[in-house]
Amino acid sequence: MSADRDATAAHIRRLLRDEGPAVSENAGGFNRKRRAAVADLDDYDELTREARAIKEDAIERLPELLSELEASVEANGGTLYVADDAADANAYVADLVGADDTVVKSKSMTTEELDLNDALEDVGAEVFETDLGEFVIQVADESPSHIVGPAMHRSEEWIADLFAEEFEDRFDGDPPRTAQELTQFAREYLGEQIREADVGITGANFLIAESGTMALVTNEGNARKCAVTPDTHVAVTGVEKILPTVSDLRPFAELIARSATGQTLPGYLSLLTPPVETPTIDFEGDAVGSDDREFHLVLIDNGRLAMREDDDLRETLYCIRCGACANVCANFQQVGGHAFGGETYSGGIATGWETGVHGIDSAAEFNDLCTGCTRCIDACPVNIDIPRINTVVRDRINRGADPDGFDFLVEGLTPDNEPGGLPLDKRLFGNIETLARAGSALAPVSNWLADSRAVRFVLDRAVGIDRRRDLPTFQRRTLRAWAADREGLNSSETDREAVLYPDVYTNHVNVERGKAAVRTLEALGVAVTVPDVGESGRAPLSQGMVETARSNARSTADVLLDHVDAGRDVVVIEPSDLAAFRRDYADLLATDEDADRLAANSYDVLEYVYGLLENGAESAVLSGADDADGIAYHGHCQARTLGVDRYATAVLERLDYDVLTSTVECCGMAGSFGYKSAYYELSVAVGEDLVAEFTTDDATGRTVVASGTSCLDQLDELLHRDPVHPIELIAPTRAE
Amino acid sequence: MTTDAVSTFEDSLAALEVDSVRTSADGFEDALSETVVEPAVGAPLPFDDLTLDGTTVETDPSPADLDAARTGVTAARMAIADTGSIAIRSTAAFDEPISLFAERHVAVLDADDVVEDVAAAFDQLGPWLADDRASAIVATGPSATADMGELVLGAHGPREVCVVIVDR
Repeated sequence: MSADRDATAAHIRRLLRDEGPAVSENAGGFNRKRRAAVADLDDYDELTREARAIKEDAIERLPELLSELEASVEANGGTLYVADDAADANAYVADLVGADDTVVKSKSMTTEELDLNDALEDVGAEVFETDLGEFVIQVADESPSHIVGPAMHRSEEWIADLFAEEFEDRFDGDPPRTAQELTQFAREYLGEQIREADVGITGANFLIAESGTMALVTNEGNARKCAVTPDTHVAVTGVEKILPTVSDLRPFAELIARSATGQTLPGYLSLLTPPVETPTIDFEGDAVGSDDREFHLVLIDNGRLAMREDDDLRETLYCIRCGACANVCANFQQVGGHAFGGETYSGGIATGWETGVHGIDSAAEFNDLCTGCTRCIDACPVNIDIPRINTVVRDRINRGADPDGFDFLVEGLTPDNEPGGLPLDKRLFGNIETLARAGSALAPVSNWLADSRAVRFVLDRAVGIDRRRDLPTFQRRTLRAWAADREGLNSSETDREAVLYPDVYTNHVNVERGKAAVRTLEALGVAVTVPDVGESGRAPLSQGMVETARSNARSTADVLLDHVDAGRDVVVIEPSDLAAFRRDYADLLATDEDADRLAANSYDVLEYVYGLLENGAESAVLSGADDADGIAYHGHCQARTLGVDRYATAVLERLDYDVLTSTVECCGMAGSFGYKSAYYELSVAVGEDLVAEFTTDDATGRTVVASGTSCLDQLDELLHRDPVHPIELIAPTRAE
Repeated sequence: MTTDAVSTFEDSLAALEVDSVRTSADGFEDALSETVVEPAVGAPLPFDDLTLDGTTVETDPSPADLDAARTGVTAARMAIADTGSIAIRSTAAFDEPISLFAERHVAVLDADDVVEDVAAAFDQLGPWLADDRASAIVATGPSATADMGELVLGAHGPREVCVVIVDR
């Protein structure tokens, strides 16, 4: 295990160095442009709901739509073929291609999935990728690192060196160097191939059942040339791409380029109803006029119909392959797709695709790089819950792990519902509450041990907890114990009551922020109870321990719902636990009604304070700013996805603080992720982007504020500016 | 369409770095000659009072003409004000390749064919595709790529686009 972790760390270190800079610039740039383009659209949320509903309906009615599409394509004069798997698809396409044919292709991830080029070269054809990014990786013999920008890991300089070497004969000692010159060369070189091509192969982003139309989304214009110049056009795509009608395409037309690159519409939205009316063009014979066009639409099953039957993977089929989930991913931004494994697809939604089309082993490799930060849910134009897919796949991997000899023993001893063979680090982080209870009970001895170099060595080698990280300092007296001994505001003295959820970290480690929350709420007229309740399920869920998460969720919900029934609101400090109540419980609890009720009655602590102030509570009792104190605030990733991070900003500004807000998607710590030795350096690389925002001239003198335990730990370690939770900043100064 | 939509369309084109000129039907030939860089190929225009006959534009091009052309002239059958997009319909007269192969595309648009937004555009695309079983390209800005390390215009398609908006 320890050797595996070292190999993973070394692989990541190499990618951080070699591919990280280009990926960071490109994926980060696409992400910023997406955010701006989406903010520009008044009805964005409505469009995403509409798009989602259309996809749900289309996948539900897939068999019927497939027959309709087949009838349309055939009525238009084309042929539709459904291939069971890669071999079937490749054999069909290879049959359309002659031994000495030139084949020109536009970008298609589906043909990458099939390894179609290899199959065509095996029958003697010459295959040219004409999308410039695909062309680069074809020449370099690399795999795509991104679903939309396959060569986004390569810089202008790197490509210039590649071309100078590979096409030396054509340059007469003066190879192209700039992006402009490289593009011009590729246009001319590939233009020659297109002009003499016998077969053009494209993908298809969407297919319209009622008309037999295919929509192609491109910027370069190469797909148009590939589809129209040669006599034979073969379109290869997944069977999931069918939409019922032309009007169903509209929301996708508005969303896809915005989500992918931040453009309002793609450069070219080609709506081809083949065979097209344009006659063929014979550049070699300088003749025009043949309208004898051949069109084949090859639809690939390759696991998709089984995904349609799989309740956990079905959502993947709604994916429109815009790449927004990869661009928004803080880890992806640092290392790119080559870190995420997968035979064809990598990063973001790729886990779902790889599991469905290549099998779970292919998805397993780097599934851990998803930290569950949830920013991709916000970015997805069809609202796919990608972290949930990753968790389910992680759970399947855990359950499929080969049980070792001693695991029956481990299984009997750990307080979870997971199988033997579960890696020790997952078991440890998934059962963090057990550890925290022991930590508090044994404090300060447990903390001395945690500081011991020998203990850290063992933890690093055996469990994979990186020695460079500070471990949590457990408090001897928990928040619950403090609250139980205390004479607080009595419920008879006020008409509003709340329970403060004592998450593991607030209860055992960051007890002060819990106390600050209790004192703040009481000062605003709320009677507060700190209930005896366990871990929410969030920790095991993050390790893919779904059964344990289910059981924790049930116990936690039972306790909290009793309080809700008694008229108490549930106030939550740790954003990931609020995300569990509001989002994950819909899956984890057997009854929707319970999940809905808890979601509706639970609040982020600053959201709750904001509500109290809006309803007339007196803000003067809180600690406001002196002379416009400056704050540098980083909103927790999950709080941002839930849309509750804005309340912290609103409350702080109301109390006259001058707030500067970070723009990065995540701090990089992401719960247990940053503790793991395989990922420590990646975690720090992500964190450095946040550090950069908080060390500008404007930000340097500001108090650093963050709402998540992870964010606070990461900021503390990288910035050394004693970051605090916003509730600690605004809590009334103690009378005692 | 309303003057508002046309001026919104002109603003959207400018944001995409696409040139436009606005002219009456009488001024069309002069406006066209100012936008065309020779040699030029074109597809016959579907507007009864506008023609490429008598201009320098070759309307029955051979593949060699197409290859050598510096400008391709076609009609745009619809335009979207909000996005600065133009729709080119495929025809037997090569509208699609003519709008694509040369480094400069000049699109001739009837000012009445400007629609407000993408939703309105789909109201027209529906019958084109579903009833006529036609093909169309909705083009927004020049051909572009960022695959060589930074944004470059004129990847496989035109580097320059100019829309001639005609008030008929």
